[in-house]
Amino acid sequence: MSVNAGDTAWLLVSSALVMLMTPGVALFYGGMVRRKNTLSTIMMSFVCLGLVGLLWVLYGYSLSFGADNGGFIGGLNFAGLMNVGQEPSSVYATTVPHLAFMIFQAMFAIITVALITGAVVERMKFGALLVFSALWLTVVYCPVAHWVWGSGWLARLGALDFAGGSVVHLNAGVSALALVMLLGRRRGFPGEPMEPNNIPLVVLGAGLLWFGWFGFNAGSALTSGGLASSAFVATNTAAATAAFTWMILSWLHRRPTLLGTATGAVAGLATVTPAAGFVTPLAGIPIGIGAAIACYYAMMLFKMKLSFDDSLDVFAVHGVGGMLGMLSVGIFASLAVNPAGANGLVYGGGMQVLKQLAAIGAVGGFAFTATWLLGKLVDVALGLRVGQREETVGLDLSQHGERAYGGLLQ
Amino acid sequence: MKKIEAIIREERLEAVKKALEESSYFGMTVSQVSGRGKQKGILLQWRVGEYRVDLLPKLKIELVVLDEDVPAAIDAIVRNARTGEIGDGKIFVLPVEGVVRVRTGDRDKNAV
Repeated sequence: MSVNAGDTAWLLVSSALVMLMTPGVALFYGGMVRRKNTLSTIMMSFVCLGLVGLLWVLYGYSLSFGADNGGFIGGLNFAGLMNVGQEPSSVYATTVPHLAFMIFQAMFAIITVALITGAVVERMKFGALLVFSALWLTVVYCPVAHWVWGSGWLARLGALDFAGGSVVHLNAGVSALALVMLLGRRRGFPGEPMEPNNIPLVVLGAGLLWFGWFGFNAGSALTSGGLASSAFVATNTAAATAAFTWMILSWLHRRPTLLGTATGAVAGLATVTPAAGFVTPLAGIPIGIGAAIACYYAMMLFKMKLSFDDSLDVFAVHGVGGMLGMLSVGIFASLAVNPAGANGLVYGGGMQVLKQLAAIGAVGGFAFTATWLLGKLVDVALGLRVGQREETVGLDLSQHGERAYGGLLQ
Repeated sequence: MKKIEAIIREERLEAVKKALEESSYFGMTVSQVSGRGKQKGILLQWRVGEYRVDLLPKLKIELVVLDEDVPAAIDAIVRNARTGEIGDGKIFVLPVEGVVRVRTGDRDKNAV
């Protein structure tokens, strides 16, 4: 196959857009914690650009997209970018240089690890987080990416995930859940007020996420034509609908909050992710409404009713959003939109829902179990949690020796 | 000489300042403070649900006046800081041992 200039330009731009989502999620999370943990929270996400960006070219890409081993994991034929060059791959994104596809996928791995950190902020030891992240990328992310996107067993089964509802969102959300079970609640939760230190920062982060998500979803077309455009519009429609719906829910509760509206946008974006290139642009409306309602009440249940301290609601937004999005493919997918997809329930295809359920069960079950075991391992070896004094002083000072809002007098 | 420390609602500052100015009390120091009293905080909303913040932002006005001016200054503050709702604040009056104007070295009554 020869290189197509338009496709390559779009995929490289999309890679850069997705890259920007990681600082985006860093700010989104960083504004929501107490001021003494602002930098440590931002750092937990931002460092993934360093750690995962490196591991990905060394072996991560190969384990995910290398030659298939029993449908479970990729081989080492792409390790150290061996055989990954300026010519297109014969299997993936066959109209762009293989390197472009590789770096696009790198950005997905980076942000997936960053997403998990929202659950463990304000109490997890930085060193332990780094070790856990490297292990998690290797043992959880790479296999799951291979199953779904790298000609693994879920791909062969016919489960559809356009841009990462299972690989990214469900995977991160369920892993967050397992990690919180090991780590426990923050000191003072529930009861003590934990006021976000900077909501404008949260909204800046949400804006960068929304912007970058066009690369995430429309870029996942891997071509620059009609399908990318369709996914782009579906993505924006779902984000808009979910943001507005969450605002209404917040208003019905008391007041229309900006924090809620920004959260709704992210929930809508996460939920439409697996569906973006399989459904019509207007399917973004029911998907957006469903995303806001499901994630809102999941958050209410976990955080408020059960006092489960998934600190920045990673499971409620990405876990629940990812599941709902995967299901929505089985409902709204249309072969008219994407001939490589399937027909969902509303177009008379009943089987797809079952395949989507299989993917949800497999990815969710594997991610939860493997993350719990890895977390336990790191806990025994290094300890997951900072000490009591380090936690009360705040992780900015105790883990990083710096603070977000210094220079009080000068 | 007395020091008047008045904790007031943020939104009443302009009115209080103006009233003090009309009674010829120009000098003052204003700082942002957090505190609590019978108002017991306010409810803020999270992504879902809400939480209570029990330290509320208030302003503290500090001014030093001659003993005979205390009632008039207090009156100006109370009239303009009061809304009648819980959370209007409090005024403390403290004795002052000495005052020095840094520029001239003037002392006490000449420096107030």
